[in-house]
Amino acid sequence: MKNENILEVSNLKTYFKIKEGIVKAVDGVSFSLKKGEFLGLVGESGCGKTTTALSIIKLLADNGYIEDGKILFKDKDLTKMTESEMLPTRWKDISIIFQGSMNALNPVMRVSDQIVEAIQLHENISDKEARERVTKLLELVNLNTGLIDSYPHEFSGGMRQRAMIAMALACNPGLIIGDEPTTALDLMVQAQIIDLINDLRKKLDTSMIIISHDLSIITEICDRIVVMYAGKIAEIGTVEDVIFNYKHPYTEKLIKAFPNIYGEREMVESIPGFPPNLLDPQKGCLFADRCHKKIGEICEKVDPNLIKIGEKNHMVACHLWGGKDE
Amino acid sequence: MSSNINRKKVMKKGIIRFIDIFKENKMGVLGFYIIVFFLLVAFVGPLIYSYNPQEFAKGGLIAPPTKGFPLGTDDMGRSILGALIYGAKVSLMIGIFATLISVFIGTFIGIVSGFTGGKFDSVLMRITDGFMVLPKLPLIMILAALLGSSTRNIIIVLGLTGWTGTARLVRSQTLSVKQRPFIERAVSVGAGKGYIMFRHILPNVFPLVFSNTILVAAGAILTETTLSFLGLGNPLMPSWGQILRGAFTSGAVSIGAWWYFVPAGLCVILLVLGFALLGYSFDEILNPKLRRH
Amino acid sequence: MRAIYGGARMSSIVDLKQLKVNFQIRQGFIKEVIKREKKIVKAVDNIDLSIKKGEILSLVGESGSGKTTTGRAILQLVEKTDGEILFDGKEINNKSNEYMKNFRKRAQMIFQDPYQSLNPKFMVIDIVAEPLQLMKIKVSEEEKIDKVVKALEFAGLRPGKDYLYRYPHELSGGQRQRVSIATCFIVSPDFIVADEPVSMLDASVRADILKLFVEMKQKKNISFLFITHDLSLSWLISDRIAIMYLGKIVELGKADLIAGACRHPYSQALTSVLAVVGDRRKRKRIVLEGEIPSPINTPSGCRFHTRCPLVKEKCKTEEPKLRKIKEEHYVACHYPEIIK
Repeated sequence: MKNENILEVSNLKTYFKIKEGIVKAVDGVSFSLKKGEFLGLVGESGCGKTTTALSIIKLLADNGYIEDGKILFKDKDLTKMTESEMLPTRWKDISIIFQGSMNALNPVMRVSDQIVEAIQLHENISDKEARERVTKLLELVNLNTGLIDSYPHEFSGGMRQRAMIAMALACNPGLIIGDEPTTALDLMVQAQIIDLINDLRKKLDTSMIIISHDLSIITEICDRIVVMYAGKIAEIGTVEDVIFNYKHPYTEKLIKAFPNIYGEREMVESIPGFPPNLLDPQKGCLFADRCHKKIGEICEKVDPNLIKIGEKNHMVACHLWGGKDE
Repeated sequence: MSSNINRKKVMKKGIIRFIDIFKENKMGVLGFYIIVFFLLVAFVGPLIYSYNPQEFAKGGLIAPPTKGFPLGTDDMGRSILGALIYGAKVSLMIGIFATLISVFIGTFIGIVSGFTGGKFDSVLMRITDGFMVLPKLPLIMILAALLGSSTRNIIIVLGLTGWTGTARLVRSQTLSVKQRPFIERAVSVGAGKGYIMFRHILPNVFPLVFSNTILVAAGAILTETTLSFLGLGNPLMPSWGQILRGAFTSGAVSIGAWWYFVPAGLCVILLVLGFALLGYSFDEILNPKLRRH
Repeated sequence: MRAIYGGARMSSIVDLKQLKVNFQIRQGFIKEVIKREKKIVKAVDNIDLSIKKGEILSLVGESGSGKTTTGRAILQLVEKTDGEILFDGKEINNKSNEYMKNFRKRAQMIFQDPYQSLNPKFMVIDIVAEPLQLMKIKVSEEEKIDKVVKALEFAGLRPGKDYLYRYPHELSGGQRQRVSIATCFIVSPDFIVADEPVSMLDASVRADILKLFVEMKQKKNISFLFITHDLSLSWLISDRIAIMYLGKIVELGKADLIAGACRHPYSQALTSVLAVVGDRRKRKRIVLEGEIPSPINTPSGCRFHTRCPLVKEKCKTEEPKLRKIKEEHYVACHYPEIIK
């Protein structure tokens, strides 16, 4: 590999065609991911984080298409690959844990068989070898290997989520995408899964993209954060930079929307208004009409570029910090 | 005052939107035109072409089409075209009224049974199953024979035996609607059972009922035709089924008098098809999961 | 039991005394009828709780804790199996239509799912005006519209009249929840059960909805039972918090307990794993092993003993009662002193 980036997304634009027109779900998103790095994709509903993930693994709905941009995975451009070229890449190189996927296990197949199936679809190994690998995988995710032949309904929600993580790891992919991996789990189970993910981070060199609306989870397991709003990146940087040194007004509001029980007990201001309609996005910064730090007309007329702040690749798209078209 | 205007405006917009979506469904539009055609034939036809089933031997017996009798004559010398026009009204009226009765009974039983649940539901469903399992045609024949073959009785008999499919359908939809949180909310604001069934469940079940109704109508018309064919119709108000019966019993089929049975058969097929197309198209529109983008 | 809550019962809007709610699990014909095996889920198992007038009390817990069932039982949406539920000092008489009409006017609920809790065939005006109709509150058409608009505007939907003739599918999740709130508000209730009212909404929208609750409490003296799994939200708006585990209340006290002052091992563990954005401190996370036991076969003695890091012999056999350890602070544990 030329550089140590396992994934490079450049100016990704994913649109959806609907009867009323074109929805610009992702409109110019760029970020990169190093080997072994955990990146968090954060934003609220409709910001485009799931669409970005689906674009990478090319599982968009029928009416979705990549309009522009490049997705370089280990120096291969995924946007140029056809479906048949993508098939071997899926799961072997990039696997995904879907939202609520713990409910996506086939109820009439034993858990072990399902993981074996996932492996054998991509690798030519014997049943015996596959089963051995499954045993090792279950150990890796802290599941009792004695339960290897159980059916999904015999597992609790947390155990099923672990099984899904095991399945995602089955073919030793370079990248795993986790879409809301802890939503719908109890608090304590969430904590266990967070510990598990952090544990895996130390043991393996798989990179991960974690998508979540829950900023608190992201800060516990990720190295870097991408804050998305209305299909674009608002801010991107290390957890330290984005959380403790935020620059974008939306990031600020998002952080303050999560109460800090060790801080002041005060109610935060909601963000007034609604997320923009991506069917016909207005000109200028898409956050402008809800922004409490708007500096003037430039916010409504000119779309801010992502510019660098500080030392470590901390970037923000906001006129407060520059970002004008040169 | 201004509020009512607003509400009406919104509802009108909703209907217009529905019509727009409907227009795009070629199948449904075709079905719609077929039904309109037959409605015109049934209600406007008699004003143009007069026909009296009591007047016999106007033309020859089972005579082929001539200028005076565009579709020939039947075994009593009456114009077949006239019989078709007259019969359209009979077939349609019986079909529609019987359907209304069936759907009303079926919807009522389906909602009450599904919503009440428990033993009441089980009992009602076993009764429904019983009705479903009984061979319909012999049952209808017996009832028709017992009650007499007046048009009114045919409608009642068809109505009382055609509700089971609707009941099952509505019940399962009710069971699913019952689980949704807004039903619990209705209880928490003080709604009684009857109110919930009528005001909350019915509107959510209605789209299904509507498309189902049209399909039931198709079946009712077909069943009526069959009954008449078997001789259980009212001979004083001949429907298409009776024309077919006439063709059969008079041996017109064996002598090849196609004008006697082919037009009537085609009419039945076309009308039933029209209802079926319309019914399926409504199903597609009202159930968005079936819609292809 | 009654003495431990101090304060006159007259100042509480809801009192729960030894409340039990059991559910029977359907097992199929043979097991149920022939073998007579009954599987019973003790969703709420003998809890005592009083909600004071004008207070926001949060009921916090994970799945199977019984918090949702408690809320539903109070509002008579689910039958209680045993115990008493008092509303404004009197036992709820759900056999009397007269009483229930009045009760439903005074006790309302806000549901979790904004996408399913409004009838999709109703316009907003019909949804919000429905309680008026059901409670036979006589108003003219104009008065009705006026009340609905006022309720909508209170809930933050302004201008109210723009929302009257819309259908739920035209509104966002946050807007739908506001419609729900307007529906509660229009009859001026005394008590509202809010069941996870913001868990399906975006984080940035939650604050406004929660602020409405605080406003309703402060301006109209409405009491709230706020059911949630989100500890930090309960901390933000409640006066008191009750933590439940497997059908029992394990800890009850003022809201700032959560910020490190819990004395029950379960509460401690729960609050310790709370991920806090923007908190740099190295907190000691107590991550419990395993998962919540099945509510069908609850552990003997203290329900929590199978996962408690400080378990002792007594815990396995004897069930601890909820007792006072400090002013306004109750814990159901045999050894709360040994916890730091």
